Amino acid sequence: MEFDAIREYLPLYAEAFKLTVTIGWIGIALSLVIGIAGAFIMYFRIPVLCQITKAYVELFRNTPLLVQLFFIYFGLPKLGLSISSGTCGAIGLGLLGGSYMAESIRSGLFAVSESQKTGAASLGFRRGGMFFYVILPQAVSISVPSVIANVIFLLKETSVFSAISLMDLMFTAKDLIGLYYKTTECLTLLVAFYILMLLPVSILGSIVEKKVRFGMYGS
Amino acid sequence: MSDNAKEILKIEHLFKDYDNTPVLEDIDLTVNKGEVVVIVGPSGCGKSTFLRCLNGLESIREGRITLDGEPVDPNNRSIYKIRERIGMVFQSYDLFPHKTILQNITLSPVKVQKRDKKETEKEALELLERIGLSSHKDKYPRQLSGGQKQRVAIVRALIMHPEVLLLDEITASLDPEMVREVLDVVLSLAREGRTMVIVTHEMGFARAVADRMIFMDGGHIVEEGSPDEFFDRPKSERLRSFLKTFDYEG
Amino acid sequence: MRLTEFFGFDVLLKGSNMLRLLEGLMVALKISLISVAISLILGTVLGIIVTFKKPAINAIFRVYLEIVRIMPQMVLLFIVYFGAARAMGLNLTPELSSVIVFSFWGIAEMADLVRGAVTSIPRIQYESSQALGLRTYQTFLYVILPQTVRRIIPMSINLITRMIKTTSLVMMIGIVEVLKVGQQIIEANRKSSPNAAFGIFATVFLLYFIACYPISRLSVYLEKRWSI
Repeated sequence: MEFDAIREYLPLYAEAFKLTVTIGWIGIALSLVIGIAGAFIMYFRIPVLCQITKAYVELFRNTPLLVQLFFIYFGLPKLGLSISSGTCGAIGLGLLGGSYMAESIRSGLFAVSESQKTGAASLGFRRGGMFFYVILPQAVSISVPSVIANVIFLLKETSVFSAISLMDLMFTAKDLIGLYYKTTECLTLLVAFYILMLLPVSILGSIVEKKVRFGMYGS
Repeated sequence: MSDNAKEILKIEHLFKDYDNTPVLEDIDLTVNKGEVVVIVGPSGCGKSTFLRCLNGLESIREGRITLDGEPVDPNNRSIYKIRERIGMVFQSYDLFPHKTILQNITLSPVKVQKRDKKETEKEALELLERIGLSSHKDKYPRQLSGGQKQRVAIVRALIMHPEVLLLDEITASLDPEMVREVLDVVLSLAREGRTMVIVTHEMGFARAVADRMIFMDGGHIVEEGSPDEFFDRPKSERLRSFLKTFDYEG
Repeated sequence: MRLTEFFGFDVLLKGSNMLRLLEGLMVALKISLISVAISLILGTVLGIIVTFKKPAINAIFRVYLEIVRIMPQMVLLFIVYFGAARAMGLNLTPELSSVIVFSFWGIAEMADLVRGAVTSIPRIQYESSQALGLRTYQTFLYVILPQTVRRIIPMSINLITRMIKTTSLVMMIGIVEVLKVGQQIIEANRKSSPNAAFGIFATVFLLYFIACYPISRLSVYLEKRWSI
């Protein structure tokens, strides 16, 4: 292992790391917005929108991100819809993640027991109050583990961004290997930066999961 | 037995079915203010469904349920106001798992009835004191035993100041040693003159608490009467054989 | 310009283009099916070993799981494909590299599924089996396994769809699979079908959906049907 090479490459990786993380978290934020909206639409069975959302969820859950990105980045411009690779990465990740988040949150909403709703109704709660004070908090608690799993999954998926020529970590690694053949150094840095990106989220995730687990205990 | 004979809950010609299978057929019942009515009957006789109808949790096919002259109708917007006036406690407690004991009790008076939070909390603490659970106010439901949870559920219903309290097999999922602590609370409520309609399988308790007993079977009211008549001199064969199932020496 | 040309679908009908795309898909499917087969078998074995609760094995297993949990498959592919050649002088083909990586990932997932399913069987099932005089292996074979299989099958079917989706990555280490074939077709028809990129990638999108959707429905169906 040549530490000079590592020192030389470090700034390049740091730059790529910043880009990957930024686009990754924008995509995740977008996926949460889409996911919450989608879950509400499916929960309240809003006509037409509900069918569209279900089709979207199935379509994006059953196709790889790489293919989605190729379609958005290379396919759509042919119809006059051009976007930068960064925007494409964030939107692609947001759409993929949105389908996973929608499903997680929706199943959380449906997992709140019928007897909790009856209990709230017998206390005089209206539909809105019942949803916000009784159903939603429990649904969130039930969804948290799978939402966290989705966040980790989405951060990992950022590794395909290089395919649409985003200068992310993978791109940097591949580029440097191609130029200087210092494979071991390049791969070590790649792994180190992905650990830096994901290990904190993984650890934090387990802590958060334990904190909000009231939904699984008895009422 | 209450001397005040003012009608409060009136059920006339109630019919109810699930997917065209009749569950309740032609039920007539009047509950007076301060009266404790206890309903017993075999599983699946419709007694729980009947209780749910009284709180507008089930839509009915025919008939009328009125609280002080106002209709109890789940399809009417007024049902929410009605439910505030009728408290209900279920077999499965159904406390809110994400709220502390105190929050469980104050949530609906504050959010639904828009009552002052400070005063509601004060009242909640008094009620908790009364059932001996004030030291548990900041715990979560999962940290309490079944009997404790059920007592909290009763308080949660009481704080809404209901005119009628419906209790649906509230001791059915409790361990035997916890049944007593819950029934004692109910008994003290009865002595205060609360109007209650109770579905239970605890025959000893029923006899102690009831002003009037009702036996339901197959969706009908088969027999009703004072506790003494009901238990000592049952008129119908169906009630006699039902009561016998609770008697191991018989 | 006709509508099919505008959307770039015309190129699919030229020569054997559609057939080539399907062949590309088959390359991806083949890699995923081989990896799934390896994962199911070795993952089940590993999962059962882990339930014996030998501290050393379990510690290693937890590290293994965490690596798989946080390392993107893409990174693992690079390590095996580029790294192995460099570090060990091995010249792995891209196909073999991807089977190794996907199996490495799949075995961990499968083992964790099996471990979860086995440990979710109530203690009393083991105790009553022992009380009946069954040996440890008999308890597993006749009591625990039959109960866990129903929990595992829907989730392992789900693993197949994830495997298929993940194989799309292999183009990044030079395997000519459906995406790569798509790119080649687009390149070759740049002049005659300028909009081919839309039609081709829309088709690839759809092909993946057609491959994965029925399998994920089956998984959902079995999960509902077998839920206790």
